[in-house]
Amino acid sequence: MDIYLPIANLPVNMLVIVGLGGIVGLLSGIFGVGGGFLTTPLLIFYGIPPTVAAASAATQVTGASVSGVISHLSRNTVDIRMGIVMVVGGIVGALIGAALFSILQAIGQIDTVIGILYVLMLGGIGGLMAWESIQTLVAIKSGSRSAARKRRHHPLVAALPMRWRFYKSGLYISPLAPLLLGMATGILTMLLGVGGGFIMVPAMLYLLGMGTQVVVGTSLFQILFVTMATTLVHSVTTKAVDLVLAMLLLIGSVTGAQIGTHVARKVQPEYLRILLAFIVLVVAIRMALGLGWQPDEIYTLELG
Amino acid sequence: MAGARRLILLPLLMLLGAATSPYLVPDVSQRQIDIQYSFKGAELLLFGAIVYPGGRTPKEPADIVVVLKGPERPTIMREKQKIAGIWVNADDMQFQSAPSFYAIASSRPIKDITDERTAAIYELSIDDIQLSPAAFTDAAEIERFEKGLIDLQQRQGLFVPNVGAVEITDGVLYRARLPLSSRAVVGDYTAETFLIQDGRVVAAAIRDINVRKSGFERFIAMASEEWSILYGLTAILIAVGMGLIAGWVGRRI
Repeated sequence: MDIYLPIANLPVNMLVIVGLGGIVGLLSGIFGVGGGFLTTPLLIFYGIPPTVAAASAATQVTGASVSGVISHLSRNTVDIRMGIVMVVGGIVGALIGAALFSILQAIGQIDTVIGILYVLMLGGIGGLMAWESIQTLVAIKSGSRSAARKRRHHPLVAALPMRWRFYKSGLYISPLAPLLLGMATGILTMLLGVGGGFIMVPAMLYLLGMGTQVVVGTSLFQILFVTMATTLVHSVTTKAVDLVLAMLLLIGSVTGAQIGTHVARKVQPEYLRILLAFIVLVVAIRMALGLGWQPDEIYTLELG
Repeated sequence: MAGARRLILLPLLMLLGAATSPYLVPDVSQRQIDIQYSFKGAELLLFGAIVYPGGRTPKEPADIVVVLKGPERPTIMREKQKIAGIWVNADDMQFQSAPSFYAIASSRPIKDITDERTAAIYELSIDDIQLSPAAFTDAAEIERFEKGLIDLQQRQGLFVPNVGAVEITDGVLYRARLPLSSRAVVGDYTAETFLIQDGRVVAAAIRDINVRKSGFERFIAMASEEWSILYGLTAILIAVGMGLIAGWVGRRI
């Protein structure tokens, strides 16, 4: 079942792409992450040009996060004020990302930068997650539950000028902190096609010190709108959003996500986290090997 | 009107009739190739007739070479080198124009038909493709990049070395099949036919072939270029819509 991708300019097996979207969706349903961090590398491994992969993955994350945002909004677990600040930062970040993208593309380093960023990001986050979940598992086994961490924002955040009250997050901090955080993830969304949830969530918890009950909802809220903005920026600047590719991914991922949420209710969260950490690390290692191994093609061609 | 046309045709026919050298009447199976949702490449049939003066076929049969060329494009070749443990694009070379596609077929191996110089002038093998480097750098480097480009394009199926024979029937009718890769870019292609006798090109003819995206694919590709904002908004709308539908269905299962 081959189908021709009009923007990527190559034929792909339709079932492979839908299946790939399905796996990513399944994981995103189970773990509550957007799954962009898996879509882009997998598409690149399959042979889709990195730019098209990143742009279309961002579109897919939009679809994957919609229903999550709605359910969080109905449960009132989104700090909308905080979310809007982050979205504004994210849009600025997407525009900065677009500028970076065209510079890197012109000097021919975009693929390498995408690769390195993935290795650093996934390696770092995956390592941290693995370490943390192993500790939790050990603590559960030995029966000594570690005392809950005291919620406190980072001293650097406290040093920023201007302060706003964010009631739902239980914070009285400078809006610059979430703005900058949103900006950083916006850049990543543009370059890598990731929603950035697995950076946002820890940063919101440990840097900003947000209340746990609103962290996931607010991060999803930010992801939804920033991936929308990224899709638009990609459409206008790189023109690399492949509607056919995005739709195939969406068919798989929205279906997979629904199955994933059902699975998630039946498995212990501690084991889920360690599994996610493992998957993230495997992708990071594969990406790192890709950078270090001699590539199949030493030369690449770019039509002017 | 008919009289005027005859007036134009008449000297033309006289010219042809008076010609002392042979000429070609070429054609292709498809003047237009449409890239559609299931496009997996195409096979093009190039055929035609060799018309000898006075209809006399020479004792030594002439040879036919057909070349299918894609649109010429300015091209940047990037070369990866291992730096600090990772492979990065470290060197590049710009070519003012390089054909995006090249395929050739001949009735006998090129080296048996003609000499190297003629082959080079008429670009009769993938090593003879004229690539024009945009900068004057060291010749060894240019050669390295040219080799790399030809090798890469060959493995991508975009440069096809002599794919088999051109069949010539009764010395006057020829036919050849050339493959067109699914990775071929859109644009105007040319199918060139050369008649080679005693090592010299005695006749040549060109047919144009248009490769384009068609239907839905064409619409998508055009929309993304022409109405990029609307295209982006549509992508967002589709993504949100599909997410909503899936969520709605999911809650009901």
